[in-house]
Amino acid sequence: MEKILFLAHTEADGSLSRACLEALSAAKTLAEGLGAGFDAALFGADVAAAANAVAGCGAGTFFCVSGQAFAQARYATDAAAITALCQAAGAAIVVCADDSRLSRAVPGAAHRLDGRVDAHVTALAAKDGAAFVQRWHYRQRMYAEVTRTQRPWFVTVSGGVFPAYDGAPGQATVQAVAVAEVATRTTVKAILAPAADEQTIRPDAALLFVAGAGWTKKQADGQPHTPEAAELILGFTTKAQASLGSSKSLVDMSGEGQTVLPFLTHLHQVGQTGATPRHPKGLATCCHGEEPHVVGWRFIGERRAVNLDANCGWAQGKCDVLYVADAFAVMRLVNAMIG
Amino acid sequence: MSTGFHIVVCGGIVPDPLQTLEPVSTPAGPGLKNEMMLPAILDPWASHALFEAAHLAKGAPGSKVWLVSLGPKAKLQQVMMSVAQKAPFELVVCDGPAGGFTESAEVAGALAAAIEAIPGLDKTKLLLFGGWQSASRGTGTTMQMVGERLGVTEQFQGVDRLTVGADGSLEIMERVEGGAYQVSVCQGPPAVLGWATGELPEPPNNPQVGMQNMRLIMPALQKARPAKVGADGVTFAAVELPKQRRETRIVKDTPAEDIAREIVAWIGG
Ligand SMILES: Cc1cc2nc3c(=O)[nH]c(=O)nc-3n(C[C@H](O)[C@H](O)[C@H](O)COP(=O)(O)OP(=O)(O)OC[C@H]3O[C@@H](n4cnc5c(N)ncnc54)[C@H](O)[C@@H]3O)c2cc1C
Repeated sequence: MEKILFLAHTEADGSLSRACLEALSAAKTLAEGLGAGFDAALFGADVAAAANAVAGCGAGTFFCVSGQAFAQARYATDAAAITALCQAAGAAIVVCADDSRLSRAVPGAAHRLDGRVDAHVTALAAKDGAAFVQRWHYRQRMYAEVTRTQRPWFVTVSGGVFPAYDGAPGQATVQAVAVAEVATRTTVKAILAPAADEQTIRPDAALLFVAGAGWTKKQADGQPHTPEAAELILGFTTKAQASLGSSKSLVDMSGEGQTVLPFLTHLHQVGQTGATPRHPKGLATCCHGEEPHVVGWRFIGERRAVNLDANCGWAQGKCDVLYVADAFAVMRLVNAMIG
Repeated sequence: MSTGFHIVVCGGIVPDPLQTLEPVSTPAGPGLKNEMMLPAILDPWASHALFEAAHLAKGAPGSKVWLVSLGPKAKLQQVMMSVAQKAPFELVVCDGPAGGFTESAEVAGALAAAIEAIPGLDKTKLLLFGGWQSASRGTGTTMQMVGERLGVTEQFQGVDRLTVGADGSLEIMERVEGGAYQVSVCQGPPAVLGWATGELPEPPNNPQVGMQNMRLIMPALQKARPAKVGADGVTFAAVELPKQRRETRIVKDTPAEDIAREIVAWIGG
């Protein structure tokens, strides 16, 4: 019987993130499908509260690494903790979230354990007694269904694929795991997060609002209207609490020092060399809908676009509704209506 | 007191993103239709790593940049014609498949062996750069494994900024969740940095740099060591294109008020 291990780290407040709770559901689903049990492995400053919070999940043993060295995300210490936990658990298949912390450290631990990784998987299930994952290749252009013989097999699960585990707390059976002292030359100094009122990337938002380069282009009167564009875009995303995305062309302009929209950075970029966010709905404005942009919409449910050009990329089967209209006029009215 | 960095950039080649890709099955596993015919580019995030490397090297006298690339020799030669114009580097070639269905652990093995064999590489000055994810396999796992094989355990992923301090320390900004950055300080090399977009625009073509590079690129291609990489132990049960075409309803010649009302209803619904 394959030994399945759910792996997670705690947050600064000692809890488990939503992404980790989703990975717990993934591990549980796989174990049930394979008719196997599973264990849990947690690391962080102090993981006792997190273990108790999910004590009822069905995991056998909770293998735990606690200590100040593991409070922050840092490759050397995280890779050492993950390696020790997987060794202690004798894990064959390790399931975890694909958040930044685990994505950074898991491949290193896999190497140390002579294992393999399938990262960013979008489905995980048992078929005829074997585990299968689904993952995307070529930036979400095609997907593959994969199984493999090597163990340990690390599977990092993308957000939004599984429901977050939501069971009753209890008293977890915890087994502390020691990690030999890790030599590291790295100190984590700070997390730079935008202030709450300046936050425009909202991963949990129901709507993604994408701004394209058209917002800064000359309009019908022969002039660009960038300040109004900024006002309309921010006005909308704030009122609708939408997450703000951008095309590459628009964010590249700010890198090249042109007068553009100062609140946009490469972090907002959606597409081939940007993000592939997951939202139920998406509205693209002044964006042409070229393929390298639209691959970033793979996990956007309903899609609509506003563009002056009836032959833009969005018209080629890439969205559900294309409004051929001036986005300035439309968004001015939308903002007024949602007041 | 900087004596410069030895910056090794790992960068593969990928199909031009404007191309339509179609999976096919081959005796060696999944591949792309007309894979050898598709125009290729240097992997975009690895390109950013290369531009950052060149910029860093320029500001730190005594530095040197190598570009280590695994791909079919003939395709690499084509891609290098344009990459060579962008930044000064010395090319190291592993002649093998560049596709998105090979295994990162195997690729890491080939890259690490090629790096170990670079004459004059000083590991105490080593900054191992690459993209934080490829545009082919897209797993974001290769650089960590190359680092592990070379014994480099100070590692950073999703890097957008590297600042070298007066004391030689490295301040690094990595992308984390929700549009935030984690800022860390590493005392100095060796370190692994998987780059996201970085902060530099693509440099303009510089024919002089191109000529200089090409003098070393041709011998590097001739010296290319064959790299046998595949996906041992992996079974691809299926590789498919998503059903991506939607029935687009095109709304035109409609007053902006009506469109706005429809959008508001849709958002609220
Ligand atoms: C290697 C590589 C990687 C890439 N990666 C990405 C990526 O990650 N993300 C990405 O987005 N792109 C990417 N691209 C670029 C991509 O191919 C396009 O060039 C880019 O997406 C175009 O951006 P855009 O649609 O905003 O701008 P444009 O193509 O300039 O389109 C502007 C649009 O605005 C419309 N418009 C103008 N005024 C108005 C108005 N008043 N109302 C309504 N519509 C208006 C115009 O009709 C036009 O369709 C990549 C390209 C390459 C080569």
